[in-house]
Amino acid sequence: MSKKISFTFDGKKYFGNEKDTLASALLRNGVFLVGRSFKYHRPRGILASGSEEPNALVQLESQGFTEPNVKATEVLLYEGLKANSQNNWPSLKFDIGSVNNFLSPFFPAGFYYKTFMWPPGLWKKYEFFIRRAAGLGKSPKENDPNEYEHVHYHCDYLIVGGGVSGMLASEILRQGSNENIKILLIDQNNELGGNFNYGTEQRIYTKGIVNGDEAYSGWIQWLKNHIKKYFNLKILNSTSVFAYMHNNYLLAIQNIDPQISPQNKTLRQRIWKIRAKKVILATGSFERPLVFDNNDRPGILLANSAKQYMEKYNLKLGKKTVIFTNNDSAYQTANFMFRTGIPIECVVDLREKINPYLQKLMDIAKIPIHFGHAITDTSGWLRIKSIKINKIDGKTNKIIGKAINIDCDNLLISGGWNPNVNLFSQSRGKLIYRDLDGCFIPQESFQNEISIGACNGTFELENIFKEAYKKLEHLINPELLFNKFYCEETTYKENIKTIWQIPSSKPLGKTKMFVDFQNDVTSKDIKLALSEGYRSIEHIKRYTTTGMATDQGKTSNVNALGIISKISNRPIEELGTTTFRLPYTPITFGAIAGRNIKDFFDLERTTPIHEWHLKRGAKFEDVGQWKRPWYYPIKNENMQKAVNREVEATRNGIGILDASTLGKIDIKGRDASEFLNRVYTNAWTKLEIGKCRYGLMLGDDGMVIDDGVTSRIGKNHYVMSTTTGNAASVMSKLEDWLQTEWPDLKVFLTSVTEQFATISINGPYSEKLLNKLCPKEDFSNNNFPHMSFKEINVLGISCRIMRISFTGEKCYEINIPSNYAKNLWEICFDLGKEYNITPYGTEAMHVLRAEKGFIIVGQETDGSVTPIDLDMSWIVSKKKYDFIGKRALFRSDTIKKGRKQLVGILTTNPDIILEEGSQIVEKITKKPMDMIGHITSSYYSPNLKRSFALGLVKGGLDKKGLKMFVPMINKNIEVEITNPVFIDPSNKRLIA
Amino acid sequence: MFLINCPYCGERDQIEFTCGGEAHIIRPKNPPDLSDDQWADYLFMRKNIKGVQFERWNHSNGCRRWFNVVRNTATDEIIKIYNMGESSPTIKGNEPKTPSGEPKIGSGNISTTFEKK
Ligand SMILES: [Zn+2]
Repeated sequence: MSKKISFTFDGKKYFGNEKDTLASALLRNGVFLVGRSFKYHRPRGILASGSEEPNALVQLESQGFTEPNVKATEVLLYEGLKANSQNNWPSLKFDIGSVNNFLSPFFPAGFYYKTFMWPPGLWKKYEFFIRRAAGLGKSPKENDPNEYEHVHYHCDYLIVGGGVSGMLASEILRQGSNENIKILLIDQNNELGGNFNYGTEQRIYTKGIVNGDEAYSGWIQWLKNHIKKYFNLKILNSTSVFAYMHNNYLLAIQNIDPQISPQNKTLRQRIWKIRAKKVILATGSFERPLVFDNNDRPGILLANSAKQYMEKYNLKLGKKTVIFTNNDSAYQTANFMFRTGIPIECVVDLREKINPYLQKLMDIAKIPIHFGHAITDTSGWLRIKSIKINKIDGKTNKIIGKAINIDCDNLLISGGWNPNVNLFSQSRGKLIYRDLDGCFIPQESFQNEISIGACNGTFELENIFKEAYKKLEHLINPELLFNKFYCEETTYKENIKTIWQIPSSKPLGKTKMFVDFQNDVTSKDIKLALSEGYRSIEHIKRYTTTGMATDQGKTSNVNALGIISKISNRPIEELGTTTFRLPYTPITFGAIAGRNIKDFFDLERTTPIHEWHLKRGAKFEDVGQWKRPWYYPIKNENMQKAVNREVEATRNGIGILDASTLGKIDIKGRDASEFLNRVYTNAWTKLEIGKCRYGLMLGDDGMVIDDGVTSRIGKNHYVMSTTTGNAASVMSKLEDWLQTEWPDLKVFLTSVTEQFATISINGPYSEKLLNKLCPKEDFSNNNFPHMSFKEINVLGISCRIMRISFTGEKCYEINIPSNYAKNLWEICFDLGKEYNITPYGTEAMHVLRAEKGFIIVGQETDGSVTPIDLDMSWIVSKKKYDFIGKRALFRSDTIKKGRKQLVGILTTNPDIILEEGSQIVEKITKKPMDMIGHITSSYYSPNLKRSFALGLVKGGLDKKGLKMFVPMINKNIEVEITNPVFIDPSNKRLIA
Repeated sequence: MFLINCPYCGERDQIEFTCGGEAHIIRPKNPPDLSDDQWADYLFMRKNIKGVQFERWNHSNGCRRWFNVVRNTATDEIIKIYNMGESSPTIKGNEPKTPSGEPKIGSGNISTTFEKK
């Protein structure tokens, strides 16, 4: 006796067996009703047994562990499993939403599009009801406590599918190649073997070292054990390949220990990112449902899935079983049931007769067959109770004669088989329609891939053997094969009668013939879409939502095509299929994120002085990936107070800034000067060694993209600084010009952002501090003027010191190799105490530069601002014939009047601080008002003792002194357009 | 996620690269002599072909070198890779097929044969 496993479904406790799926365990307990349908809330049961299941979607577990829309057929039972049905309220058996079933004439195809398009204002009202009524599972609100990870894997052969074809292919490839060949076999079930679809009674013969023959089931058992023994053949169970992308790049998701509750493990799922030299698809096939009136009642199962439940899980599904088929495969289920003593009421077959072999089997079993009959209706709400069958005309497929009622509690249906071509189609292979048995099969590969077995439309066992050897022959050395398998031809060949839409005695409008079970799409929805003029299969799919649910139409797509073909009188092959898309099966967000969460979500960059800032209690601001000190509050100081203090200290004593995040690009080479000449707007050839110059960089469209100071270190050697946020993009843009446009220039660029830390020492006492730091050096204006540079030994470390200023104060920027930066910072801090040295953050830095009217690229500019707009024509060379962006400065658009220009803005009431981004209008009128500009920067200045702002205003340079307004929600703020330089316009403080 | 054979590093995953748009757009040597339209043509106008496209690619998360790629944008098949500065190669033979044999422009899924008369 195998162990009993307890689980709960909708709060009720049940027991299942060790190898059960949730679906088989529910059926074992007689639970046939497992969910409510999406639109009409009709009761639904388990239809299938694998990844094609459209109905049995459950909410697995609760709180952070929960996962919605899980197929009960794919969950292995584990002790304590908790699942709940979805899409019902207040309970599964009594669902208020099922009133939609009786309102269904009001829920036609395209219902949402038609009803909620207009007026837009009403959407908010509808949304509440739609969101409650629609949607399947519930997404969790808590953090997911489980872990997920990603693995990269490279192999020679990847075999997808562990059924007979996949196992056979693995064995042939392994035997026929040397052991350095890496083979990966992936199977979605926890056990190899696949569907056991065909030929249960057939014998398999082995030729070679191991001779002998045995029944199929024995042979597959032997193969299962045998192929696990080889180190170059890796097998992944409980793993689904869900994406087939370019160059044989496939993604698979592995459930780790599926028989352990997620509560008891850390790692839940792993995504495999596989690059394979050759892919062998052995993904099998799916049985198709038949489309007839009320074909969706609980207790209706696909015939082969039912056989699996009975055979593999040893279940008895019902007391009165009817089989409804249009092909031979369902007779295997009938035969199996007979052999195991499960009673069958009758078989309803659309065909006029079956082959003598099957007929004989049925005669022996004494199973009555209604040939040329169809099921035209069913009854039973929470489980099927009876069916109605009618004789149909063999030629016209129309109903003839009276209906017969047959009671049953179990209906097994088979409408033929669809090769599972999902991955093949994702790989961009071309499909072809096979009229013989009404299915799409692979025709032409697009990638280095081979399809074998049922997924290739090869259903018979002996043909699978033949195909596997034939298709893999060229990959292997046949002499290495020590075993060869084959079996004798089956005695019957598939023969099928396809009626895509089974006739009904009711008018189509009164029927419920479900095509897509999960999205509740019926035959009449498809007809409606066609009658409304939809022609393209892709459009019909979207309009009716056929095949758009989480099962991706595995059971519905081909039936939908058949019905479209019939109604529009176009051959199926002309319609084509819709594109199969990834993921093949739904993937959790946790798995997609993998380990890229929390600290690993995005890179965090810190400067070498970061620890000091932390200790000092700095508040940080994110600038790109950098963590920059924003301000350093003392005790309970609020932000405004801290910033005021930092700003005042910088103007009156010393402010010290960690500017290490600024981008630094080392530029070397014969043509370095010429290169700078081309990428900056001003002239560079005459810059002396030891001098610094500010530069503005444009795109070729004339718009400002970056700015910064560049120092000339040697004849052919410069160091460029960029803004913090643009360091990487400037570097790659410069490389782009050098490599693609000017390969003749000899210039080499190296990023040295992280090699040097930058300590910026600002304020009237900065020179005194530098003197204390390096007593032998002369930092005076005469020897070390503004905009110059010196290589100076600071405490034994060679540093580059630049006399430049972003605050308007006298300033020395020390660039020191990163490892020494924190030490130097601390020494500066000690030495500067007598001058009230104060660390300041980015907020104070912004205030200080804005008081001086200095721009910040990305704040005063937004990709639509030229240097002329910024009133910076002084930096745009008139002498240079060309530089990047020059021509665009004379386009009709860039020279037109009324462009937005940079100005200062002062509120009439000095206490009001404007909001950045707010709009500026000339006068208050009725809404909408004409907006003529916006605020780009706005602060309180402790030096001015008032608020101030910068902004871009249309024709602003000519509007200085004029009053304007900034309209806000409850007030209109009066402002004056001013000069953007608020402090020290003559730059006296720089050399004070 | 196709593979790109970087001429300097070898075959690498696409995520290591950035596409720099159409190749062989040469920056004019005499910008001041050009009309607004001529300049705009250089600056803004790019081809967007469904089929064979000549593009610039950069191994941005690798050697940071730029090179040219001939790619079928409908299939992501890479037909040729060649160095910057080399002139554009002529692609011989038939144009690579689009996935379902659809025309180079427009949606390939609209059936053209169905028209009620
Ligand atoms: Zn490279």
